[in-house]
Amino acid sequence: MATAANYSVVPAAPAVPIFAKETRYEFLKLLRTRSFSAATIGFPVMFYLLFGVANKHSVEGGLYIAKYMLASYAVFGLVGSALFGIGVGMAGERAAGWLEVKQASPMPPAAYLFAKCMAAIAFGLIIVSILTTISITLADVHLTPVEFAKMLALTVAGSTAFASMGLLLALVVPANAAPGIVNLIYLPMSFLSGLWVPLRFLPHGLQSFAPVLPTYHLSQLMQSIFGYQDPGVSLSTHWFALAGFTMLMLGISWLIFNRSQKNA
Amino acid sequence: MATVTVLDAVQELSPTQKPPARAAVALLDRATKQYGATRALDALSLDLHPGEILALLGPNGAGKSTAIRCLLGLISPTTGTARIFGQDPRDSAARARIGAMLQVARIPEVLTVQEHIDLFRSYYPHPLPEAEIVRIAQLEGIENKQFGKLSGGQKQRCLFGLAIAGDPDLIFLDEPTVGMDIEARRGLWAQIRALAARGKTVLLTTHYLEEADALAHRIVVINKGRIVSEGTPAQIKSQATGTNGRRIRCHTALTDETLWSLPSVTDVTRQGSVVTVTATQTEAVLRQMFDRDATLSNLEVTSPALEDAFLELTSAH
Repeated sequence: MATAANYSVVPAAPAVPIFAKETRYEFLKLLRTRSFSAATIGFPVMFYLLFGVANKHSVEGGLYIAKYMLASYAVFGLVGSALFGIGVGMAGERAAGWLEVKQASPMPPAAYLFAKCMAAIAFGLIIVSILTTISITLADVHLTPVEFAKMLALTVAGSTAFASMGLLLALVVPANAAPGIVNLIYLPMSFLSGLWVPLRFLPHGLQSFAPVLPTYHLSQLMQSIFGYQDPGVSLSTHWFALAGFTMLMLGISWLIFNRSQKNA
Repeated sequence: MATVTVLDAVQELSPTQKPPARAAVALLDRATKQYGATRALDALSLDLHPGEILALLGPNGAGKSTAIRCLLGLISPTTGTARIFGQDPRDSAARARIGAMLQVARIPEVLTVQEHIDLFRSYYPHPLPEAEIVRIAQLEGIENKQFGKLSGGQKQRCLFGLAIAGDPDLIFLDEPTVGMDIEARRGLWAQIRALAARGKTVLLTTHYLEEADALAHRIVVINKGRIVSEGTPAQIKSQATGTNGRRIRCHTALTDETLWSLPSVTDVTRQGSVVTVTATQTEAVLRQMFDRDATLSNLEVTSPALEDAFLELTSAH
């Protein structure tokens, strides 16, 4: 437009401080929101104390239950923080009109998504670190530094994958129903993926659901750090499944977001 | 506020000194917004000039918020265009020069006022200093309170603070003083006037007609997505005055018959010793009343409140 020349051009604010501040405040916000931080850290810790620490010297079919549970509750915890932190948190901010205030500002939309993802990763790392500390001190689990480093790295990857699912949930779920709906997806998905009880102890019919669940593939990758994965499926299959799931979630989110922008 | 005294009516003419006409800072050009069968905006055209305070006035569902959301690029008009500084409102360079205070149910409640301001400042290339924002939005003493612990009026002030954080040239205020007490409201008015005095442009929507009257250089009354009337607060009121006239209240010895015989009188009522005469040519009526009654006292002339004018305008269409 010709008249644009009449107006002075404003350079954008530097991006790095925006991303850093957005991330810092997103993390602080989740930390101070007790209903979030207490539940997402508390539940995996409580379950691990009940089922992992209580079985601290049990060995079933060549695997230490307490160590197996460390991997599965690590997955349970990091998935919870991504789904609740992003899915429920963002659905609420969308419904309250806060997202619109942000959209009307010059904040780069990527900064908002980046911050949500980073905060989910941070909580995932906190949960995994707490569970690991408990397992070593209370459940006599032996863990090499390399194993622990691999767990943390996989936590980063897994949190990112489930952040994409949180994003999709935030876009489709009504805010007032979000906590309930997320639980209805999260809890059965965790159970059927063998996060609470090892898959082999589940009834045969229920076991067959696992391969279509993203939590199963992430949990197999986490178990593989200890050599506890189910034999017969290659690790690359799990990686492909997790990557495919992430792409699918992001793709659907993108379509829904664009459609809503067009209709707006 | 049911009536406005003549003294006030004279004062409110002062905001009419119009800023020099330049290219529109914000522009809606025949914008129509269709939601299914509902037409929220109906070929609405609107332009804002630098340094002016424009009030968008209308009943609920008139399309005020839709117009603002089009200008902010949050929604796009079905037909027609929206421009900010000549650019698409979704352009981030345009957004760097605007601030918006929208009607929000909730903002993150566990962050403090200072933290919210710190974050919003980072979005803009040339933000106001934090202390300046705190001063303008009257947030002294509550900077370290979490948002959720603020009163309704304090929350509004915090949102106002975020709207001005980037030192924007154009500020959108959607019902800015909802939930504020009178003192806080007048304080915010003063700050909005100060912004305009610094050359900032303000688009304001409000349910408080008194607010539009007190603040705006220009009022655009809209209903059902269309402009019903447009002008200075005085012009908007005079449109209604044309049909109803102004009211003269006084103590007078004149009889009803005499009063009815005066030119352009449309109504005479008595309440105890107070007589209220309604007339379109108020000055002529007054001159004759003074001539005929030396005892006339306790005189008060009122013009219809903006509220009455507003109701008249929106119900007639």
